[in-house]
Amino acid sequence: MPAVAFEHVSKRYSTGEHAAVKDCTLLVETGAFVVLLGPSGCGKTTLLKMVNRLIEPSEGRITVDGEDIHSLPETALRRRIGYVIQQVGLFPHMSVEQNIAVVPRLLHWPKERTSERTDALLELVGLPPDEYRRRRPRELSGGQQQRVGLARAIAADPAILLMDEPFGAIDAITRARLQDELLRIQAQVRKTVLFVTHDVEEALRLADVLVVMREGRILQAAHPRTILSQPADPFVAELVGASDLLRRLSLIPIGETMHPLPTGKPAELPIIERRESLRAALAKLLDSGGQSLIVVDSGVPAGLIELSDIYAAARQAPSAEALPA
Amino acid sequence: MVMGVILGVFAALGKTSKILPLRIIAEVYIWLFRGTPVLVQLILWYTILSQTPEFTIALIALGLNEGAYMAEIVRAGLEAIDKGQTEAAQSLGMRYGQIMRRIVLPQAMRVVIPPTGNEVISMLKTTSLASVIALSELLQRTQNIYTCSSCDGAFHPLELLMIAAIYYLILTSIFTVIQRYIESRLGDRRAGEAGRFGDWFGGRMQQAIGGRRA
Ligand SMILES: Nc1ncnc2c1ncn2[C@@H]1O[C@H](COP(=O)(O)OP(=O)(O)OP(=O)(O)O)[C@@H](O)[C@H]1O
Ligand SMILES: [Mg+2]
Repeated sequence: MPAVAFEHVSKRYSTGEHAAVKDCTLLVETGAFVVLLGPSGCGKTTLLKMVNRLIEPSEGRITVDGEDIHSLPETALRRRIGYVIQQVGLFPHMSVEQNIAVVPRLLHWPKERTSERTDALLELVGLPPDEYRRRRPRELSGGQQQRVGLARAIAADPAILLMDEPFGAIDAITRARLQDELLRIQAQVRKTVLFVTHDVEEALRLADVLVVMREGRILQAAHPRTILSQPADPFVAELVGASDLLRRLSLIPIGETMHPLPTGKPAELPIIERRESLRAALAKLLDSGGQSLIVVDSGVPAGLIELSDIYAAARQAPSAEALPA
Repeated sequence: MVMGVILGVFAALGKTSKILPLRIIAEVYIWLFRGTPVLVQLILWYTILSQTPEFTIALIALGLNEGAYMAEIVRAGLEAIDKGQTEAAQSLGMRYGQIMRRIVLPQAMRVVIPPTGNEVISMLKTTSLASVIALSELLQRTQNIYTCSSCDGAFHPLELLMIAAIYYLILTSIFTVIQRYIESRLGDRRAGEAGRFGDWFGGRMQQAIGGRRA
């Protein structure tokens, strides 16, 4: 059963001439990391907010774990769904601790359980509790605020997490770090995530399923590699930069291309982690001027990758220009 | 004063409410009590509730009057709070009452406190009006004036006061319309400034609170 299902969902605002979301159908599997990508105004936020009923659809049906969201009380539904928004989300008159404890308090958790949970969450998002518990949102950097926002959203352990451009206003370096941490946290807690962004790199990096939208419609929903190699139409191809070879290489894990380590190979070759992409491997090869790298899996040598393997992989992925327009 | 603040909060909530009847009640209340002179209100209450002790009358009259002024102050405070705050609270599964009580009002109060200070001061002055001049005496005097000015004494003070109040209402209504117009023209800028001011004030409050905690 999909965690979230959109069935022919449309939304027409009373003031708008065109529908903001048009006949969208999408099944989101439990535990999937789904990224909604598209230009500004294409209806990403609208689609997202319909899941927790901040916005009511004009047509169609949305189910959460098989239940029509209209059969559930709003507040109960929302407590099952975490929601992270850009910037303004934290309550400035409350401490970090109080912000995170909002939902546990609503659920009348005992004090001890709440404070244990708060500390555990602060640890999880990489903010030492003793240092940050009593701070006000204003005394945090943008990146730290986002972490607290995430901690608050998952405080009562909702199975579903909605994130609307959570890293939109954060510098590129911090953003990359937050993305890494989000992936790490996701590996730990396994939520069903619906994540909105208009940053293509971010989308490709995070998504299990990438949903490309335009003018209220879903154009394609698939794994990022599929979208890069088989974009549904020229708009998708252009948006994700499918013609960009490096971008495609960045989505192929080394683990898929390496071959077994020959016995007796000298160990002075440069090494690379197995979970890195072919793009990282190529960069390292160009950097070292060599022909091959030793692939390690958490420090233990696991295989070998050569420049020719990377060429072969690049040739295999069909290029976007080859597609009929 | 306390009564005024409480009434003001409710009237402001009523005025910003989605429910039309509530909004109309709040609007009419504010329009009536803000639009007529407090002295007239005092005397009217005195005439209507002639059995009640003077102190209670003063309390009711000034409280109701104050509430109408506070309502406008509180409304400005509510509007200065970012819509994202309400949305974030909603998304966490809070109900309307919880959102207002725990999220919006505490923040609005920061914006509301300075103008409330002004109100307290002017309120104190008004109370002196009610207490120093004994009400009964005041009423007596006004009645004298009325009987003198009306040739045959056919006018009753209550009616005269009503007429005066209505004139005031008309005048203040015109000014309110003008004020609305100016507000809507300045709309975004005004909200922005209120927000920034709130930030500044909030920062100060935190320093004070933080300092005490440490
Ligand atoms: N409350 C509203 N009333 C009327 N129209 C709205 C409202 N909210 C959004 N719209 C319109 O609906 C369309 C989709 O808006 P939406 O916020 O979903 O876009 P988005 O994809 O999230 O864009 P962005 O990337 O800029 O956040 C836009 O054309 C927008 O103008
Ligand atoms: Mg948006």
